[in-house]
Amino acid sequence: MPMIFLFLALLTVVMAIGTVTARNLFHAALFLVGAFFGVATIYVLLEAEFLAVSQIIIYIGAIATLIVFAIMLSRSMMGREAGGYNRFWVAAAVGAAALLALLAWVLTTVPFPVVDQPVPADAISQIGAGLVGPYVIPFEVASVLLVVALIGAVMIARERHRQR
Amino acid sequence: MTIPLSWYLLLAATLFCIGFFGVLSRRNAVAALMGVELMLNAVNINLVGFWRYVRPADLTGQIFAIFVLAVAAAEAAVGLALMIAIYRTRRTINVDEIDLLKG
Amino acid sequence: MTNVFNLTWLIPIPPLLAFFAIILFTNPHKRLSSNLAIGAVALSWVMSWLVAFAYFGNWHVLVEEPFALSLPWLPTGTGVFRMGVAVDAVTAVMLFMVGFVLTMIFIYSHGYMTFPGYLDPALNTDGLDPRYSRFFAYISLFATGMLGLVVADNLLMLFVFWEIMGLCSYLLIGFWFDKTYPDPNQITPKQAGLKAFLTTRIGDVLLMIGLLLLFIMTGELNFQAIFKPEVLEHLAESHLAIPFLGAFSAAVVIAIFIFWGAIGKSAQFPLHVWLPDAMEGPTPVSALIHAATMVSAGVYLIIRMQPLFAAAHHGENGAMLFVAFIGAFTALFAATIALAQNDIKKVLAYSTVSQLGYMFAALGIGAWVAATFHLIMHAFFKALLFLGSGSVIHGVEHGHHHAQHGHGEHGHGHHDEHHEAYFDPQDMRNMGGLLRRMPATGWTFIIGAAALSGFPLVTAGFWSKDEILADAWYTGHTLVFWTLAAAALLTAFYSFRQVFMTFFGKPRTEAAAHAVESTRSMTVPLMILAVFAIAAGWVGIPEWFPGVGAILGNPLGTMLGAQAEAYHLHHKPLPPQSVPLLVSIVVSLGGIFLAWLVYGRKPLEAGQPDPLERWLGPIYTVLRHKYYFDELYGSLPNVRPALILRFALWLTAVLRAFDTYVIDGIVNAVGNFGRRFARALRLFFDELFVDGAVNGTGFVAQVAGSVLRLVQTGQVQFYLLIVLLGVLAFLAFVQLGL
Repeated sequence: MPMIFLFLALLTVVMAIGTVTARNLFHAALFLVGAFFGVATIYVLLEAEFLAVSQIIIYIGAIATLIVFAIMLSRSMMGREAGGYNRFWVAAAVGAAALLALLAWVLTTVPFPVVDQPVPADAISQIGAGLVGPYVIPFEVASVLLVVALIGAVMIARERHRQR
Repeated sequence: MTIPLSWYLLLAATLFCIGFFGVLSRRNAVAALMGVELMLNAVNINLVGFWRYVRPADLTGQIFAIFVLAVAAAEAAVGLALMIAIYRTRRTINVDEIDLLKG
Repeated sequence: MTNVFNLTWLIPIPPLLAFFAIILFTNPHKRLSSNLAIGAVALSWVMSWLVAFAYFGNWHVLVEEPFALSLPWLPTGTGVFRMGVAVDAVTAVMLFMVGFVLTMIFIYSHGYMTFPGYLDPALNTDGLDPRYSRFFAYISLFATGMLGLVVADNLLMLFVFWEIMGLCSYLLIGFWFDKTYPDPNQITPKQAGLKAFLTTRIGDVLLMIGLLLLFIMTGELNFQAIFKPEVLEHLAESHLAIPFLGAFSAAVVIAIFIFWGAIGKSAQFPLHVWLPDAMEGPTPVSALIHAATMVSAGVYLIIRMQPLFAAAHHGENGAMLFVAFIGAFTALFAATIALAQNDIKKVLAYSTVSQLGYMFAALGIGAWVAATFHLIMHAFFKALLFLGSGSVIHGVEHGHHHAQHGHGEHGHGHHDEHHEAYFDPQDMRNMGGLLRRMPATGWTFIIGAAALSGFPLVTAGFWSKDEILADAWYTGHTLVFWTLAAAALLTAFYSFRQVFMTFFGKPRTEAAAHAVESTRSMTVPLMILAVFAIAAGWVGIPEWFPGVGAILGNPLGTMLGAQAEAYHLHHKPLPPQSVPLLVSIVVSLGGIFLAWLVYGRKPLEAGQPDPLERWLGPIYTVLRHKYYFDELYGSLPNVRPALILRFALWLTAVLRAFDTYVIDGIVNAVGNFGRRFARALRLFFDELFVDGAVNGTGFVAQVAGSVLRLVQTGQVQFYLLIVLLGVLAFLAFVQLGL
């Protein structure tokens, strides 16, 4: 098991690094898909199968596709330097590395109340019951958020008609 | 349960920092948005990891992760639409040329 | 009877529905929108009075077991967060006041929101403000915020409604956002809205920190749950370590954070600067936000949280004293500024700040019942005064138009040309003798001013103010007592200064001479409010007072007293005391008499300077400029960088001025004096060390200013990088256990 985890984790991290370093935006998007896929496999290791499938459907099927479309549609807007960095990228890299070091330090020193329990057999049906039971209000809020976001996206991106 | 929880957390922290670096340093707004997606994924790994190791009996962690997915989808849609709108008015989607926040 | 209470949760709903109906459907139909809004708020009013009177009828039972209704809202890690409504004595009296005052203001707005004079008359199609419907949508949403805040049973809901009101206040203050003035230093409505929003934001953030701390410490935000004695005791006894300051009782820390929220919302020193500028909004808004409801939300919060403050009091005594100090100081401080203002609404604005200070001072000395009483009474008479001033402004504006069109050929002097280019209908120097032209407005305004001054024995303001003074005297807070007495004297003086300048004497301008009385929908609310400004106070007359006291039996005081007992607030009915009663009669009548001596006996002539200007000299200038607080905060409209940068620049300027005039002056004087004797000393000590230190200080501030300016690049990624630095510092701080 640890070997499988290490392999998948390494794969995910490499894909993630590719996402933020690729010069070509299209390549970056493909790396991003790889990273999403890696995260889905991590979910499988964590015995969250439902989430793994959702991850693939939503992230790879919807979000990544949306990003790829956006890149292709706006290719003409982007110059050659689309994948470039801004002028303080070194500071950003140092800061992110420092954050990682600090987080690693915190994570390895703080004890977590880990329990050794199996996942309930009917986990997926429990999730379904939860979404329409105790979590029904957050669920509805999320649906409203999605509707508002979609309407908002259409409104923002729509061409303004000249007669107004 | 042969893998310690902290391994998952470390993986999540690594992904988070990589994503954050992307958000901070990429000139192109779409590329910065990809960094945001990586950060959200890192958060989800944390949520699921804690669920599995700390409270596997109730599925709060997984349900929370599903909400994060929904929010991420909304965020991607609005973010990309904003980019198109900004490009129309400013003729650029380079983040460091967008400085309307400057007083 | 208890079934009536099931209406409680419905009270904030009708204005909310009206808000959505107006913005979504009826926006083009102006009168339909306003009728919808008024109908909705009237419905809320009826429901809130039903609930309030049901409470007043059964309070003996309900004090012990308050009505509460809630439903599970949000599952949290440790339990389920419940949202709901609750009614106790404070909620009931607030509902009584808020529902009624809101309705009066809505009806008044129906007449007030006519076409604004600064716009191009060619756009005037129906005599109504072009954004008439929008105005009613905003104030409906505002009404939702206020009513929801009053009925909320937990701090989170209270905070949400609190923020809704903050948003509405921003939108409404900047309602005439396209208005500009010829004088670039005069703040425009747009800037005033921003200023109000940003200033109150400081308080709101601190309030939120307080709420988070409270939730961390107790896991609860529900009022009933927090006010359980064992929870309060836990709060008072556990300690929070604050870096660099040491450990404090958690109750004190949380109470002070929460109080900062109230300082922002209720415009107390040092966050008082937004309220006077908020007068740029339409006058019904000033009445709505700055008299009756929003600013009293801060006081209401502290009234609500009084058990927490009392718990803090037992522990270390810090929080209550802080409240009392801020309150008493603000009461006197704002009253002095009000003396030297000429804008009719600005006087009222500072008077509001001062009266809110009164309430906080009362809360700080533990006079819980008196503070609640004064809050309600103040809402009645201050709403009356604001609406009255709006009516005056309207009348004078009409008179100005009439004078311009009727006498187009008159007066071509230089002064008049300037005068015609810009006429300020809110300046009391442009008024005078309006009582004859506008009798209904005039008399109701005088009643309001009498109530504000605490005119003895008759008005509401007298009884509530007297009770605060009596409490201060009885509990031995002598300093607070005399501060408040001095503030009361000034209050009576500036209120009647306003009355004499506005309504008596001869008209000082053509506009005032041609002013016309306002329409019925404006004067009728004034008359109703005037009745309340007098009669409402009778419910709180102390029982020992000869004659009326025994007949009326102080129903309000008894009920609130019982509620205070239920909250373990150590409330005792005050014994008869003659000193505070006499003092409050003397300061009230004395202030009115002084105002008559200065402004009533010999009314101001047109163009004549204020007599105070001559007598007070430079002090008057300082008061006129509000102690230069706006300059200090650097919020002059033509200088508007970020706040922290403003502060650094201001520090630079102050230090440099200090350098040039004070330190260098002293240094040079010393140097000159000692030059002949100690030339060497001057060279080596003065210039090297003293000047070096002095210039160094100024230089450091200047460098800080120019460095901080670089930070504001406008680039989001750069800001995020700064955020990252903050996170790193925080993590390191926590991990190293500093």
